[in-house]
Amino acid sequence: MENLDLGKVSLIIGFALIIIGFWGLLSQKNIIKIIVSFTILETGVNILIVSLGYLKGRTAPIIDASVEQGADHNVLNSIVDPVPQALVLTAIVIGFGVTALLLAYAMKLFRAKRTLEINQFNDLKW
Amino acid sequence: MNNELIYIILAIAIGVLLIIMAIIAILNEKLSIAVIAAGVVSLFASILFLLMSAPDVAMTEAAIGSGLSTLIFFYVLNKIKKYND
Amino acid sequence: MIKNFLIALVLASFVFMFYNLYITYEPKTELSGIAAHYAENGGKEVGAANLVTAVVVAYRGFDTLGEVTILFLTASIIGFFLKLSKKDEERVIVHHGTSELLVTASQILIPIIFLFGAYVFMNGHLTPGGGFQGGAIIASGVVLMIMANPNHEINHHAILWIESVSGISFIIVGLLGIALAGGFLDMRIFGLGEFGDLFSAGAIPIIYSFIGLKVGAEISNILNKYQKSQKES
Repeated sequence: MENLDLGKVSLIIGFALIIIGFWGLLSQKNIIKIIVSFTILETGVNILIVSLGYLKGRTAPIIDASVEQGADHNVLNSIVDPVPQALVLTAIVIGFGVTALLLAYAMKLFRAKRTLEINQFNDLKW
Repeated sequence: MNNELIYIILAIAIGVLLIIMAIIAILNEKLSIAVIAAGVVSLFASILFLLMSAPDVAMTEAAIGSGLSTLIFFYVLNKIKKYND
Repeated sequence: MIKNFLIALVLASFVFMFYNLYITYEPKTELSGIAAHYAENGGKEVGAANLVTAVVVAYRGFDTLGEVTILFLTASIIGFFLKLSKKDEERVIVHHGTSELLVTASQILIPIIFLFGAYVFMNGHLTPGGGFQGGAIIASGVVLMIMANPNHEINHHAILWIESVSGISFIIVGLLGIALAGGFLDMRIFGLGEFGDLFSAGAIPIIYSFIGLKVGAEISNILNKYQKSQKES
């Protein structure tokens, strides 16, 4: 219990969300439910990446009065890692784009066959 | 170190809520409840990002994941409901 | 039956992999490698107070160009997929009438939301925020406008013009970087200025403003297409 810190707790949360997302993706039959599982999976991966950049007891990577440049505090010793945050910023926006695209496909599929069960779309099965 | 302990307890509470909401989102039969549960998952993830000292990421996740994504789901659900009525 | 067993097998293998990753994980205690370089020299080289902005726009500007391209591609594909036929364009969305509360509140809130979105992307290098957040906030304002009056036609040409002009200006600022400074999308084409001012950090406010406008216009376009797709039979 002593070595439990915020990075490890978030790591477990990220892993749990990824597993729940995959379970939903594999076992659900409704197309909208599959897309919801995909967004949960996306959120889990983002939590995982940000938690890898967390350093204990440090603050946000913005240089302001509490993290002076030069002077007393050294910037190098008081901020968390800014690189994973920059990557996750990109990932969230792209995840939204992919979700919007998936929903457009779902609307077209529904228009073609008037059903949302993924078992009914077996035109390409041989 | 009291500050750190409060953060860890808060993170564990949010984590438990997150996992319960994610399971509700997948197992429930009604589609509108599943979509709202996914929006709540995004909202709690935004709070978790704030606890991990990442304000930029928290803002982006709250605006895009919890706001616009849920909105687009409801547009699609409206179209399906209009047909089923 | 066999499907459930296979799903359980896949999930069990994931749990096994994650467990092995977890027990050998040691949290870092120091910034190392490239993050240390960004932390030490970010303030002096880039002049931005927000280090995440410095990484996204200045140090890794090319990845941001890739993301803007992907968003543009997504918006085009959705525009292509959700195209209405001419007969459906003229139909009117039948709705029970929007509540007066929504119409009145939206008249007050929409200018404030646009102003807040513009503030967020213009001050991206000083406070948490930036182009993507500001663009999402502006898109929320546009959605409120659509919801207050579902038959109101957002001026399609205005959104297209804003998006194209912002995209081209972003590329032109990047090419100016080749001509006048270190390389593509280098922000030192303008002076670094005073640390903490609005007009500091070179060309970062300009680049982020163009990105913010472009992302806002694209997401508004996507939402407009979804709204208009309610019209088809």
